[in-house]
Amino acid sequence: MRPFIYERATDARAAIAAMSTAGAKFISGGTNLLDLMKLEIEQPTHLVDISRLAFKDIEELPDGGLRIGAQASNSDTAADRRVRTRYPLLSQALVAGASGQLRNKASVGGNLLQRTRCPYFYDTASACNKRNPGSGCSAIGGLNRSHAILGGSDACIATHPSDMAVAMTVLDAQIELLGANQAARRVAIADFYRLPGDTPHIETVLGPNEMITGVVLPPPPPGRQVYRKVRDRASYAFALVSVAAIVATDGGTITSARVGFGGVAPKPWRSVEAEAALMGRPATMATYRDAAEAAMTHAIGRGQNDFKIELAKRTLCRTLAQVAQVG
Amino acid sequence: MQLVDVDIAKHTIELKVNGRPSNLVLDPRTSLLDALREHLHLTGTKKGCDHGQCGACTVLLNGRRINSCLTLAVMHEGDEIVTVEGLGSPQALHPLQAAFVERDGFQCGYCTSGQICSAVGMLAEVKAGWPSHVTADVASQQIELTAEEIRERMSGNICRCAAYPNIVAAIRDVAEGARR
Ligand SMILES: Cc1cc2nc3c(=O)[nH]c(=O)nc-3n(C[C@H](O)[C@H](O)[C@H](O)COP(=O)(O)OP(=O)(O)OC[C@H]3O[C@@H](n4cnc5c(N)ncnc54)[C@H](O)[C@@H]3O)c2cc1C
Ligand code: SF4
Ligand code: FES
Ligand code: FES
Repeated sequence: MRPFIYERATDARAAIAAMSTAGAKFISGGTNLLDLMKLEIEQPTHLVDISRLAFKDIEELPDGGLRIGAQASNSDTAADRRVRTRYPLLSQALVAGASGQLRNKASVGGNLLQRTRCPYFYDTASACNKRNPGSGCSAIGGLNRSHAILGGSDACIATHPSDMAVAMTVLDAQIELLGANQAARRVAIADFYRLPGDTPHIETVLGPNEMITGVVLPPPPPGRQVYRKVRDRASYAFALVSVAAIVATDGGTITSARVGFGGVAPKPWRSVEAEAALMGRPATMATYRDAAEAAMTHAIGRGQNDFKIELAKRTLCRTLAQVAQVG
Repeated sequence: MQLVDVDIAKHTIELKVNGRPSNLVLDPRTSLLDALREHLHLTGTKKGCDHGQCGACTVLLNGRRINSCLTLAVMHEGDEIVTVEGLGSPQALHPLQAAFVERDGFQCGYCTSGQICSAVGMLAEVKAGWPSHVTADVASQQIELTAEEIRERMSGNICRCAAYPNIVAAIRDVAEGARR
């Protein structure tokens, strides 16, 4: 690991001010950053510890929503009674990720910003545009079983590994950011992540010294919620494909639908195409299959990950059948 | 990337492990795991992968289980850290330590301290009503600790010897004993 100066921030303002030092980075739970620093993939020269900042609370909002502090642990968020009853798919997504030990340390802010698990990104001897811009992408034409089928570019086909962010995407979460001079803003999660294009090393719209302070969940939409994750092992593995779905039906007709995918794209993937194919249609397997086809219209396989296209379709159908409880 | 010359000042910190405070002078890069093993000579906590993937380094931080390899010692001033040495002694074993011996919950023993610390943390999580990936209804606060629940909740602890059936049995014994 490269040397760095360690500093514990006393408050948000001090933490953000410390980020103006060249090579500075926030550290929260450390479960992703330290992993990458040990491999010298991340090389901060200044670490600003924000793990003790007062952003741990989960608060009720007047409109019936919930605000989750960026420093709330993944465990506390998954176990919160309001999250479990009103946003059950968020609890389900959190407990489907990592392990008990990691969830106790991992923060909500760090989870949103965790980096890809592309094996070439992790292998400093390989070309990788995300780690070393302009060096090429070893996954295109290489081992790409775990890679993206949607939203990738000729520069990068890495997937975003978070389960939590997929659930937050279908919940229309807003991410609260704080920058220099107390400048606060909110960004819809749909606009927070960037697709790789020619600049796969730039992953979000977060400014260089902006901090995530919390995530705002609007009141839950109508309908039942399910998060389903498909992976190589039954536990403690990243998603090959996951689906987050919220569906309401009335007399067998779908009256509201939200669909998101994980493990298939460089960002948590909201499928407006699938949602459109479900709205107003009967809650039957034929409808689900139409939605699955619509969701994967633009999917591109790169060889080893071709199977993900059909897997994503089937996972969506299974999830929709479960969530609509008819058909 | 340009290499910046960083003058790493060592940090003097007080780390409280198994109820005992110690003053340590540490390079900020020292993981909590290395501080425990190399500086405090508490070698019960093991290093398997050093990347959060195996659970051998599990300790309790303020009562919660964590991987000590993926955190820095300097981040834990003032925290209560408990390692396998702090749970019990050969003369007075912790119930989980006794159950692992009784049930033969190991072969080589390398993963065992991590398994035991993890199980202590896990049972507290169940008591607090935390859901898991196999909990049918995440909204339900009443967790029935079936073998399936134990396996899922302990999935962050890998056993290369695959002593899993006996590990699950040991944990069940303690969980059921506690309920009686
Ligand atoms: C073995 C293993 C298995 C895993 N499996 C899964 C899985 O199945 N599913 C899944 O979703 N995840 C999984 N994870 C990833 C895990 O969820 C993340 O490591 C964790 O959520 C990161 O949170 P953290 O607080 O530890 O972040 P850190 O490591 O502290 O930080 C990560 C990044 O976010 C930045 N950052 C942190 N907080 C803020 C903030 N408030 N504002 C601005 N920047 C910030 C840091 O500077 C850093 O760049 C796994 C991890 C491991 C090691
Ligand atoms: S897919 Fe992205 S992260 Fe993986 S090697 Fe290519 S550029 Fe790097
Ligand atoms: S050594 Fe920490 S998880 Fe493997
Ligand atoms: S007993 Fe050998 S690794 Fe578990």
